[in-house]
Amino acid sequence: MPEIEEIKPFRPDLVEILNGVPHGIALVDPNLRLIMMNRFLEALTGYSGEETRGIYCDHVLRSSLGRNVQVFRQALETGVACSVEGDILGLNRKKIPVRFTATPVVESTGGRQALVLVLEDITALQEIGRKQEKGPPKGLLGHSPKMQEIFELLPVLAHTDSSVLITGETGTGKDLLAEAVHHASKRGKYPFIKVNCGALPESLLESELFGHVRGAFTGAHADKHGMFQLAQGGTIFLTEIGDLPLPLQVKLLTVLDDREFFPLGSQKKVKVDVRLITGTHRDLKQLVQEGRFREDLFFRLNVLRVHLPSLRERDGDVRLLIDHFLQLFAVSFGKNVKRLSARALRLLGSYPYPGNVRELRNIIEYGVNICRGEVIEVEHLPPYVLAEAGKPPRAATDAVSPDRLDPGEKSVSKAVEEIPDNASSWSAIEKKKILTALMQTGGSRTGAAKALGWGRTTLWRKMREYDLG
Amino acid sequence: MKILATLQNNDIAPRFDLATEVLIAKVVRGKVSGEPRTVLLPGPGSDALCSLIIKEEASLVICGGIEESHFQYLVWKKIEVIDRVIGPAAQAIDLAMAKQLRPGSIVRPETERSAPL
Repeated sequence: MPEIEEIKPFRPDLVEILNGVPHGIALVDPNLRLIMMNRFLEALTGYSGEETRGIYCDHVLRSSLGRNVQVFRQALETGVACSVEGDILGLNRKKIPVRFTATPVVESTGGRQALVLVLEDITALQEIGRKQEKGPPKGLLGHSPKMQEIFELLPVLAHTDSSVLITGETGTGKDLLAEAVHHASKRGKYPFIKVNCGALPESLLESELFGHVRGAFTGAHADKHGMFQLAQGGTIFLTEIGDLPLPLQVKLLTVLDDREFFPLGSQKKVKVDVRLITGTHRDLKQLVQEGRFREDLFFRLNVLRVHLPSLRERDGDVRLLIDHFLQLFAVSFGKNVKRLSARALRLLGSYPYPGNVRELRNIIEYGVNICRGEVIEVEHLPPYVLAEAGKPPRAATDAVSPDRLDPGEKSVSKAVEEIPDNASSWSAIEKKKILTALMQTGGSRTGAAKALGWGRTTLWRKMREYDLG
Repeated sequence: MKILATLQNNDIAPRFDLATEVLIAKVVRGKVSGEPRTVLLPGPGSDALCSLIIKEEASLVICGGIEESHFQYLVWKKIEVIDRVIGPAAQAIDLAMAKQLRPGSIVRPETERSAPL
């Protein structure tokens, strides 16, 4: 084995490093006069760093921010980096949308203060943003009136800093909505942190949310920032807030009121500027009545409340989502699946979807995986969906009555009913698929093999394997 | 002939579209005639500034950054535009009269030793 060579220190010229960065970078003094520019910014402005030394940066950058840039001064005073969006007029007399990020730096010898300005071209980002504004938010799909109401409400939720409580059954898209609200808000360029309150025990959750200092408990070998600190300037999404333990509910209430908290074991308060979005599938009011959720916290969280409708309530959205997921999985799995058969569509249209969009997504993913041809048939759907189709319609759902199915469908349903409840293993599913195919083709092995997308030999081998010969 | 320079304090305003003041100098036989006039605009805006330039019948405009559309408009109106100029407006006008001002020139104040580029 070759010996590992010791890596020798390499100290290249700072300017050379900055010249390699594909963003405009300028170093300015506390009076916002230029000290140096990197090559990218020189090309953008048309001036050289040498000739502009000592000139106020607003003259050189020709930015929309002007000279009295409050943000830059604030960065110098507080010592904390901050950013602001604006535009500059480039050498080609075109306005370039730019995000300015100002980071204060202090000279190691002498202690002189300066500000590093990074100019990031955000033309492409704004273009994407404009496209997204025209359609529904990323990840959320729906034409139903109930979803349109949500889409109309989204800009309202985004333009305020108030707490949002998202309720809805599991799989309705609470996480996606929270993320969409964050991205559409002015905090969109800052972090979006999601914490599942039901996933961790109380002691770990406190450390996860609020952080800890070294030695706070056994195993705390180093200081650790909590999720609230990591989300600084952005949004924290606490999902399954109904599962938050009572002692932590008190601490969360304090954070919401004071915007500051003590990390575990620390005597120093930490200030945070974070927007809170919470989500739950539980009835918080009922939890309050049962004494499992603090009433004051409930009122604090329940400022803006959005209820996401279940898939059963979203008229016409099932078909839209089927097409979307079909295309998505066909591309990602490299399959040639193009559509669902009319019978499979009817079956999916009548399914009650207790797991909502997440369940529909999983059904389509299963179908695309199993299907070997271009069309997903009823047989390619998960057995539990087929089993559900064989059951009488439930009062709460608009499941299709068996009388409305054609004779072919009846035979499939009958075959499906015979699938045992414990038919979760692949061999059991495959056995049933073979039987169904044989029944549909009147016992023709050639026809069954074709319907299954197999060769006759494969079908013969599998029939022997399952003792069906 | 009239020279119009966009103004921010005593310097050329960095942006044509954000300028709220202009300095207008009347040039007679290669010299500034009388005291240059400062005109305060009701607010920033390229269109309003272009209208003022036409109304004042300026034949040369000295400014900082200007958008291509407004630059082309003024050129089409047969007005010479020297843009991306940095430095004191009065000195920039002097240099323009001496045919020494170019687009992108950095005019150093007289107290500084650096020569204009």
